Amino acid sequence: MSLSSTVTDGAQIVTVNAERIDAAMAIRFKEDMRSATESGPDRVILDLSEVQFIDSSGLGAIVAAMKQLGQGRRLDLAGPSPMVEKVFRLTRMDTIFNLYSSLNEAIAEQKVGM
Amino acid sequence: MAETFACSFTATELDARSGITEVVTRLRKMGIPELRVDEVQIALAEAVNNVVEHAYAGTAPGDVRIRCSLDPQRLWINISDAGAPFPDGQLPDGKAADIDVPLDQLPEGGFGWLLIRELSSDIHYQRSGGNNELSLCFEIQVTRA
Repeated sequence: MSLSSTVTDGAQIVTVNAERIDAAMAIRFKEDMRSATESGPDRVILDLSEVQFIDSSGLGAIVAAMKQLGQGRRLDLAGPSPMVEKVFRLTRMDTIFNLYSSLNEAIAEQKVGM
Repeated sequence: MAETFACSFTATELDARSGITEVVTRLRKMGIPELRVDEVQIALAEAVNNVVEHAYAGTAPGDVRIRCSLDPQRLWINISDAGAPFPDGQLPDGKAADIDVPLDQLPEGGFGWLLIRELSSDIHYQRSGGNNELSLCFEIQVTRA
């Protein structure tokens, strides 16, 4: 399993336990996300703080993971490295996802919203 | 005097990962700043993934050969493979996909050439002797102690 998951304050936190979400990892990541988020809170926070590198296959897998959640649920991203953030910005995917600089910041947002 | 190195690996996803990592480690040792190495890695990974996914699609994976040449301010990376040529002999233009669409229609791919074109300053492609020869150029300011 490339992911670990906990539920806190009404959000599910999924942590990526890998340094790379690349072409060799993308399909497994997408499948692991499907099993990890099959049921659970409407808000899923994907903790990317261990991820050092992402390529377009990995980006596509994160988009797929959000689409798998369906309407009414959302996937927020926490702790992207400058490199990961750059890939989202260059592809304009930073306009589709909420990006939080850290997991704590993403969780704090949840409390404000409640 | 340009500093050069070369490496090659089989065009599989896992060998591509270790090949890309090896190139990136050597670029860091050459004194290329970390943020710039990140950008080079993004473009390099997309170019190599394309070889794995498209050039050798439907055939046994062949070799990917990479040559890097750094003169003080310019890094050229040549990626060579013996797979299928680009469709019509042309590089994809890498237009940004339309993302102002409903959630279920968001694109899950097609970002590779967009990233390569945004991050490199010059791109050359030729088909010669049954090989694809793709060269990507990056402007570099080397920092050395």
